[in-house]
Amino acid sequence: MRIAAPETSDLYIPTKRPFNFGRWFSRTGWRHLVGAIMVVFSAFPLLYVLSASLHPGGTLITANGLFSQVDLGSYQTLFNLPQQPYAAWYGNTLLIGGITSLCTVFLGALAAYSFSRMRFVGRRPGLLMLVLVQMFPQLLAVVAIFLLLNGISDIFPAIGLDSQVGLIMVYLGGALGVNTYLMYGFFNTVPASIDEAAKIDGAGHARIFFTIILRLVAPILAVVGLLSFVGTTNEFVIASIVLITPEKQTLAVGLYQFVSQEFSSNYSVFAAGAVLAALPVMALFLWLQKYIVGGLTAGSVK
Amino acid sequence: MTHPGTERDEAQVRESKRSRQAARIAEAASAGVKTLLVKIFLLGIVDAISVYALFVLLLRADWVVFGAVLLVTLIVNWIYFSKQKLPAKYLTPGLIFLLIFQIFVVGYSGYIAFTNYGTGHNSTKQDAINALIVSSQQRVPDSATYKLTVVEQLGNYSFLVTEPDGTVSLGGTDAPLRPVTDATLDATGKAVALPGYASLKFNDIVGNQEKIAALSVPLSDDPNDGTLRTPDGSKAYLYLSDLVYDEAAGTMTDTKANTVYADNGKTGSFVAADGTELLPGWKVEVGLANFAKAFGSESIRGPLISVTLWTFAFAFLSVLTTFGLGLFLAIVFNDLRMRGRNVYRVVLILPYAFPAFLSALVWAGMLNPQFGFVNQVLFGGADIPWLTNEWLAKFSIIFVNLWLGFPYMFLVCTGALQSIPDEIQEAATVDGARPFQVFRLIKLPLLLVSVAPLLISSFAFNFNNFNLIYMLTNGGPRDVTAGVNVGSTDILISMVYKVAFVGANRDYGLASAFSIIIFLLVALVSVISFKQTKALEELN
Repeated sequence: MRIAAPETSDLYIPTKRPFNFGRWFSRTGWRHLVGAIMVVFSAFPLLYVLSASLHPGGTLITANGLFSQVDLGSYQTLFNLPQQPYAAWYGNTLLIGGITSLCTVFLGALAAYSFSRMRFVGRRPGLLMLVLVQMFPQLLAVVAIFLLLNGISDIFPAIGLDSQVGLIMVYLGGALGVNTYLMYGFFNTVPASIDEAAKIDGAGHARIFFTIILRLVAPILAVVGLLSFVGTTNEFVIASIVLITPEKQTLAVGLYQFVSQEFSSNYSVFAAGAVLAALPVMALFLWLQKYIVGGLTAGSVK
Repeated sequence: MTHPGTERDEAQVRESKRSRQAARIAEAASAGVKTLLVKIFLLGIVDAISVYALFVLLLRADWVVFGAVLLVTLIVNWIYFSKQKLPAKYLTPGLIFLLIFQIFVVGYSGYIAFTNYGTGHNSTKQDAINALIVSSQQRVPDSATYKLTVVEQLGNYSFLVTEPDGTVSLGGTDAPLRPVTDATLDATGKAVALPGYASLKFNDIVGNQEKIAALSVPLSDDPNDGTLRTPDGSKAYLYLSDLVYDEAAGTMTDTKANTVYADNGKTGSFVAADGTELLPGWKVEVGLANFAKAFGSESIRGPLISVTLWTFAFAFLSVLTTFGLGLFLAIVFNDLRMRGRNVYRVVLILPYAFPAFLSALVWAGMLNPQFGFVNQVLFGGADIPWLTNEWLAKFSIIFVNLWLGFPYMFLVCTGALQSIPDEIQEAATVDGARPFQVFRLIKLPLLLVSVAPLLISSFAFNFNNFNLIYMLTNGGPRDVTAGVNVGSTDILISMVYKVAFVGANRDYGLASAFSIIIFLLVALVSVISFKQTKALEELN
């Protein structure tokens, strides 16, 4: 582990030294070796899915011949399955994830603004509660959520079991818990003198919030929105018990059932579904990468 | 009044009153008509939904929920029409969802853990009595024939029957027969239409045969009087149940076998003297029975203990392995002399960007014993039971979670390493510290301080990492000696899910009891870890 470079005098010899493999390897070469191994380890499963998806009619066993055939047939099959409405799952996932993350960002930002800018009775206990709620994810109470929605559907079927609106409402229950603390920290970094200047110019609290603060904290809104979208896309437990009709299900529920029914025989179709499902999430992730790294170190987990 | 102090205080009070007034005027002046209209519009939507909900609840006479909805609606209106309560205006929308779907459900889990809610016990006693009576119904031999027209209103079917004595009555599944007077009669005296209802034509009857055959219209409020059912949609017959409910004694009597089933008040079902139980039963509070079952019976206690130990081991090993690899990579790539670090970095975070549930499913395919890539290609056709042997399955889970989790730790550790000032390292080097000593004695402690809270939240996340377990091994290989559906790689939360939702025999009560155990464990872990890191002291 060579972190320090004590023999600095060697590094600044004006004439170019002959290339010495041993020296190169002990300085940076071994790092490239580790890098190469890790690149294979990280990227291989992804290449494996991609190659499996390009092998129409392929099974698990044919998927082992990597890129032996390249054809988009599985992608066509995917959208014409009679029992598995893949297009509907895809739309549902984007819709549920999109609405949930938008509402989560909005509700969280409202709460973070009040915690950051206002002083009121119960503020400290409120902040403490936000930290504690993070430790208890909603899926722990999955049985109670199921029975609650079951009870609601007796009275209002539109927001009960087998309703996407009901599912979104359940997800919004976690909106304050998970990300408000993250936003709260970021809101605190925006100087209060900006609010005061706006107040003197005659802006009310709503105008300050919507037109000034929200724009200044846009990076954290992006991070929270993305984390919430990814979280909703990955969520299986609650979605699997709430959504019953195949046309209403999300990708996580649908693809899991698809795989558990015919795992090895129809692998290429599953792989095509997986590749398409991963695309929007990965694209968003890589696009917003630098914000996420900042947000992660501020205290949140995938 | 002459006391100077009092005077000053009063001046201050007046001052603050005036400044508050001024703030209010400024606030009102800044809020335009548009804002007000938006506010009224949004509140109008909320109120409209509430009024609809209240109306429905009123019809169902569901007073507890009615009161709750009314109270919440009044509070919301009071908050938003008041001129103050600014923090409440910002907090209420999120709080309502939090209170219902995060806090209330926890309390509700606590309640369910003390009931026998589950398959065969998921309704009220009255529903169970009706279901029992309907399920043992038989047509009364040589009973009268009722002329029938099936009518429909708002998608619900009802029976319009003409009794043998000419009385015309209307009834549905939930509404016993009651006489009607304004029905249209045909030449034979059969009622064929009723205002407000659509009479079903022959085609409609054929198209909805199953639904109509399943209809069972009670003759009166007393379920023992029997119900009318129709085999063809044009004639109805009286069906009576073999089971007769005696309301005074609270017993169910099988008239054929002459057995009396009594409600023993404990199990939520009718039980005969010889112990035979009539199902469905109903939901009752059973006290600590679920906890007694979890800890008392050997076939559940054993699996519960091993699942709990594995949950802790899995969460701990996951954090340890991912943090170890992440830290190692962060150190390896944290060298300015190395080229192409950004390329490595992007490739290394790909597993983190790939949706986790798909990763688990893809790995399940690659680790498949017969056809998977690992056995077929890497091990040349070996038959290694990666996911079906108890210990190999545990290893596979930790390994796949390493793949899923190391990029996160890599990112976090890189950030933390880069924030350590170089001067500290240089000073140590000048004092003669070797590179490894610099790392172990200086960098690692500094790094641990900043990543400790993240390690705790990572532990908490993996403690409930349902997706990985359920998608990769489904908790298997299954433990056949256990009294519940549980396998050797199940963690607590996947066990809860399986007990409550997988298979024909669902036991919500027992599953909730397990949930309560998880709650207590998570609470314990959080208290200890927060005490250690003093994270809560930073709140201001």
